[in-house]
Amino acid sequence: MSRKGADIVIETLKEEGVEVIFGLPGGAIMEVYDALYRDGSIKHILVRHEQGAGHMAEGYARATGKVGVAMTTSGPGATNIVTAIADAYMDSVPIVVITGQVPTHLIGNDAFQEVDIVGITRPITKHNFLVRSVEELPLVIRQAFYIARTGRPGPVLVDLPKDVTQQLSDVSIPSEEEVKNSLPGYRPHVEGNPQQIKKAAELIMSAKKPVLYVGGGAVNAEAQEELIELAEMMRIPVTTTTQGKGAFPETHPLSLRMLGMHGTYYANMAVYNCDLLIAVGARFDDRVTGKVDEFAPEAKIIHIDIDPASISKNIVVDVPIVGDVKIVLRKLLEELKKRGGKILYPEDREKWLEQIEKWKKLHPLTYRNSSEVIKPQYVIEQIYEVTKGDAIIVPGVGQHQMWAAMFYKYSFPRQFLSSGGLGTMGYGLPAGIGAKVGRPEKEVFVIDGDGSFVMTMQEVITAVQYKIPVKVAIINNAYLGMVRQWQEFFYEGRYSEVDLSVQPDFVKLAEAMGAVGFRAEKPKEVREVLEEAMKIEDRPVILDFVVDKEENVLPMVPPGKSYRDMILEDGKGSSDAETMYLVG
Amino acid sequence: MVTVTKGPKLRQTRKGQVRKHIINVLVRNEIGVLARIATLIAGKGYNIESLSVGETHEKGVSRMTIEVIGDDIVIDQVVKQLRKLIDTLKVRDITDVPHVERELVLVKVHTPTARARDEVLRIVEIFRGKIVDVSPETYTIEVTGDEDKINAILELLKPFGIKEMARTGKVAMKRELFVDEGQD
Ligand SMILES: Cc1ncc(C[n+]2csc(CCOP(=O)(O)OP(=O)(O)O)c2C)c(N)n1
Ligand SMILES: [Mg+2]
Repeated sequence: MSRKGADIVIETLKEEGVEVIFGLPGGAIMEVYDALYRDGSIKHILVRHEQGAGHMAEGYARATGKVGVAMTTSGPGATNIVTAIADAYMDSVPIVVITGQVPTHLIGNDAFQEVDIVGITRPITKHNFLVRSVEELPLVIRQAFYIARTGRPGPVLVDLPKDVTQQLSDVSIPSEEEVKNSLPGYRPHVEGNPQQIKKAAELIMSAKKPVLYVGGGAVNAEAQEELIELAEMMRIPVTTTTQGKGAFPETHPLSLRMLGMHGTYYANMAVYNCDLLIAVGARFDDRVTGKVDEFAPEAKIIHIDIDPASISKNIVVDVPIVGDVKIVLRKLLEELKKRGGKILYPEDREKWLEQIEKWKKLHPLTYRNSSEVIKPQYVIEQIYEVTKGDAIIVPGVGQHQMWAAMFYKYSFPRQFLSSGGLGTMGYGLPAGIGAKVGRPEKEVFVIDGDGSFVMTMQEVITAVQYKIPVKVAIINNAYLGMVRQWQEFFYEGRYSEVDLSVQPDFVKLAEAMGAVGFRAEKPKEVREVLEEAMKIEDRPVILDFVVDKEENVLPMVPPGKSYRDMILEDGKGSSDAETMYLVG
Repeated sequence: MVTVTKGPKLRQTRKGQVRKHIINVLVRNEIGVLARIATLIAGKGYNIESLSVGETHEKGVSRMTIEVIGDDIVIDQVVKQLRKLIDTLKVRDITDVPHVERELVLVKVHTPTARARDEVLRIVEIFRGKIVDVSPETYTIEVTGDEDKINAILELLKPFGIKEMARTGKVAMKRELFVDEGQD
């Protein structure tokens, strides 16, 4: 049947199972919006700024594991979404971004609202396409979804010239098989080399002080079950990155919580002293490793990752295994079971776990609470309690993000949806909205900074319009707090341009946008406003927590330093910093 | 249990040798594929020394030969990332694999005197080059060969005065009669 390119777009999106699109129309994409209207079966969320659409698609994708879809017009619509695309690229989030483009005959002419978005996004997409003809349209869209969700996931952009959306064609929608065959250069590895898996099994059995280091790849592969089995069977403590949170429950006795710059003392100590590090879907980011040559200096490293280019990128590993994390872990478990799942040096293993318990007791995650002023950590703990540890948490970027990571305990995958790689202020609110759209049955709490929130706060209006009852807790310290902290620590307290004491009244602002606003200024009010907020189910709620302004995120490994240089919760260096590499 | 015994052992950091690499890339001949590859290499802070692209016997498939100077380990990373590109079919660093390489050079030499012409002609014969254009003042020479040969003839021609030069960049192909274990 002959129909317009725009109708083919909608037809293909339906074939891909798309339920919702986040976007904002304009000249070049109007045909597609018209087809969307005429079809009427895909929900569309009209954002107030295209960056919001990108982050919403990300939040949706991170929360559900499905591909998120965003749509914009050409030119400024397309450039507005660039930050979100980069964010998705850095954190391997599967989204498809459809942008309108000027008609093909005008491309390259500096036409009205023309911008080379394919060129602009080339280094920040997994792949991108400019559709040249209506005949290739359905194949390209299906390829985009296939590429976005398979292998190491990532953003894919499809640029649609207006004339392509207007042309008529009776081209049919290709099958999954045809899509695969059309991409001969794209074969995401999944199996994992059996020899390497055997080697890994042997190393795990003979290790005396092993640690599992788990990243976002384990979340993407949905490998929680396998991880728990491996850790329990072989008695291996587990630390996760911000992206890996929930891949292994932080409530589990073997959990070391988070490692790296703001990791726990005990996680960093364990990694520093281990003799075997098993990296699972993690990428040895510099925020994790600190100074590379002092990262797990004595350890052999096994690295399981879907992306061959991630392996031995920052750190040379001993046993690389390229493959889908879930499949590889399953095979690894089989190998271990074949060998009786034996720990060869059980006494050493128990000593190791005892040592870790000592570290946990020595420097647990703590803070000094106050009855006068609200401590940000206290707010997070209270959110943990009122949500019974079951909410999806979406932070902005800054100190509050780290507190959200530390003082809420994550127990299931896709529970902590954080902008880790790019660290995008303004990500939180729209990503939280996207998450709530994807998981309406879950409580979604955005834990935002006063600086981060105002970067995309117009999306509160979107949440009001579509009755998306997301909760937003602003940790209001009247500073660009994380930058202030670095200035305090590393620039002798010269607070250059971090003052946010002039801000809108967030309660009135919430009301002006049709949301509900609450403020807490005293510790005892924290619980009250949270409980009030939990009662509201038809609108977004903005909670303004006026907190201690100069609270710091601790512990901290200063950038580029080794774990030995960790600043502990009292702001002082570790007393055993000199000796921490010597546990025998 | 915590005792002081020695300073921290340092993890070996990655530093390879910096040298010239020849990378062979088979690509689907799609728009933007060259830009993607160039962006990726430039993103590592490396300059492409030479690049040649041409069709192969297979429809829609082109072969690129890229010469780039860089650290072995970073180049290994580049190769892995090139493989990840959707439009690359095969990527291979053939620097250490037995291979044939050739480059074609056109060089216009100042030959105003009979003596100069005689000498240049002799050099060209020795190198099995060809004179492809003549003017009262110049010879234009075509010569093909590997890097050593090209450098040698250019060295010999230099004293006459080179007025213009164009090089195709290397093309390279791995030799067939060697066992080797690499994969794409
Ligand atoms: C878009 C963007 N601009 C700048 C930064 C650098 N930066 C990182 S954290 C931070 C401060 C964030 O302030 P706020 O949102 O109030 O959070 P706080 O640290 O105070 O909790 C800044 C400016 C960034 N990450 N993103
Ligand atoms: Mg702040």
